[in-house]
Amino acid sequence: MASLTLVQAINLALVQEMEKDDRVLLLGEDVGLNGGVFRVTEGLQKRFGDHRVVDTPLAESGIIGTSIGLAMAGLRPVPEIQFDGFLGPAYDQICSHAARMRTRTRGGLTVPLTIRVPVGGGIHAPELHSDSPENIYIHQPGLKVVMPSSPYDAKGLLIACLRDPDPCIFFEPKRIYRAFREEVPEDEYVLPIGKARTVCEGEDLTIVSWGASVVQCMQAIEKSERSIELIDLRTLYPFDMEAVEASVRKTGRCVIVHEAPKTGGFGAEIATRIMERCFLHLEAPVQRVAGFDTIMPYYKLELEYLPDTERIGLAIDEISAY
Amino acid sequence: MPITNALTTEIKRISILDEHGQFDAELGKDLIPNDDLIRLYEEMTLCRKLDEVAFKLQRSGRMGTYPQNMGQEANSLGAAYVLNQDDWLVTCYRENCGLFHRGLPPEKILLHWMGDERGNNIDPALCVTPIAVPIGTQMLHATGLAWASKYRGEKRVACTFFGDGATSEGDFHEAMNFAANLDIPVVFFCQNNHWAISVPGRIQCSAPTVAQRAVAYGMDTIQCDGNDIFAVVYCMRKAVAMGREHGRPFFVEGVTYRLGDHTTADDARRYRDEEEVELWRQRDPLIRVRGYMKELGIWDDSKEAALAEKVEADTAGIVHRAENIDAPDSDDFFNAMYAEIPPDLDLQRRTRRTSSIGQDPSQIESTQATNA
Repeated sequence: MASLTLVQAINLALVQEMEKDDRVLLLGEDVGLNGGVFRVTEGLQKRFGDHRVVDTPLAESGIIGTSIGLAMAGLRPVPEIQFDGFLGPAYDQICSHAARMRTRTRGGLTVPLTIRVPVGGGIHAPELHSDSPENIYIHQPGLKVVMPSSPYDAKGLLIACLRDPDPCIFFEPKRIYRAFREEVPEDEYVLPIGKARTVCEGEDLTIVSWGASVVQCMQAIEKSERSIELIDLRTLYPFDMEAVEASVRKTGRCVIVHEAPKTGGFGAEIATRIMERCFLHLEAPVQRVAGFDTIMPYYKLELEYLPDTERIGLAIDEISAY
Repeated sequence: MPITNALTTEIKRISILDEHGQFDAELGKDLIPNDDLIRLYEEMTLCRKLDEVAFKLQRSGRMGTYPQNMGQEANSLGAAYVLNQDDWLVTCYRENCGLFHRGLPPEKILLHWMGDERGNNIDPALCVTPIAVPIGTQMLHATGLAWASKYRGEKRVACTFFGDGATSEGDFHEAMNFAANLDIPVVFFCQNNHWAISVPGRIQCSAPTVAQRAVAYGMDTIQCDGNDIFAVVYCMRKAVAMGREHGRPFFVEGVTYRLGDHTTADDARRYRDEEEVELWRQRDPLIRVRGYMKELGIWDDSKEAALAEKVEADTAGIVHRAENIDAPDSDDFFNAMYAEIPPDLDLQRRTRRTSSIGQDPSQIESTQATNA
């Protein structure tokens, strides 16, 4: 067991799967010689050769479109889109083809690919390097959407995606790429897609979150004197409503925290499901702490935009007092 | 320093059997054996007939929107004739003739346009992708498919089809750039039929040829008379050899013409002149092959009449099979969304007629239990 950062845990998962399965190949901008701009793929081209870790032309639609072809031919491509804000040019290939090919052909052709995307704010990056577009892809039927919040989860969830027969988007919260270390087993393990993790148990209130916000929630919980249960969804489609339901039935109060803009965000879906399933158990309205319905500001003001312990603490207090 | 020439290039144009029946005996020598030529003509005739029948099916409400292939048959057929059975054929939607040559049951195409995804569930052994509705996106898939062959050390190539309109799409350029720079054996076949619905080719490409676009990517390229099956076969042989022997892409521009409307939802009389269409009717790929075969003495009016009778019966059978397939299960559209249906989606499937979407019957029960 080694103490690894999230970046190292992802790198380890890639190494182990590439050693095990020669159908797995990586492609994208700067993933080879340079090891990726965040060094997630560091050393992999040297280890596996430039036919398995491929520096592609700079074109996101091309990266995903060719990955779809590779996957339809039976390989397991792992394309990287360098930043969340550059997913836009690949949107058509992801949603018009990767997500649809299985149902379009009634299972005749499938697209087992895993798109790795660094996501979210908090690292003082330029414009379009800090966005949280997960809900766009959760809302596209045919995809699986995953976002880990810890090194241990990152390894197990990435391996699950790499082995999944359907297209997965694996969002990597760049704010916590190197924020902390965690014990990560050397042995391979798979965390199931569709299962949440209860980060800490509590009786008074449930917080539901995912990605880097989970860390903000943990800090807010440490500051609070209340008994709070924190659920990290880990996978956003499919998502573990049973875990949320069980927790909210116990606590009767729920706060949902995400970086993406509030309106039409995935928090709205979770809140609605809670209303459907736990209406008579609720002691207070479900509250959301989210990014604002603005463009993600340049980094001088990014901490004003991102949910932080202060705003999460406010929500905890408001909902607890309701 | 004097001004020097950084690049000189030329685009070759291939025509072997022209619209006047002139045959280039040198270029055309041993290109297509007579028996094969007869078979290719029969296939084009069947495709043409099915086009007519499909048009009538749409007009009589038995099929949805349908894009006719009329006039362009030689392009995809010539390509499919040259390709091996395990080379990927990645088409858009005006390549019926090549798909049928590969072995796709023609009723699959009708099923697609009849609004039934089972038309796209194609035997994997055919190495064919389904009809691509968005423009130009499939060129990247072809590049990935051919890349997979290269990755595995196979000699298979992929051949992808698209129209002149698609050459304006970003994915066209990305696919060309990936294939050329990463040494991927793809044949890019542009069916330049002069019209993208109502928009003429000049709006898509102001250069004198589409073929020259490949030059900018460092890719070998050629233009052919796309209504001349001999010219198409000649160019495809070059293209496939480039892929198989050198692992490089190749570009073929087939100059052809869409004799019909864009689809049955279109009326081409709104935007193009009858004289232009009439000119291209004279250049029909079927007419010249028929004339040439008669000249060779391998075809005559009685064979033509017998063929007409045969395709009439064949198309009737195709339509019958397409129309008489069992109705899909009413939950069919849920069943291939994922390899394994997620529990929540399964709930939507199971309760879609017994509960409002999103409501969980188990929750209603527990609500009653709580109330009690």
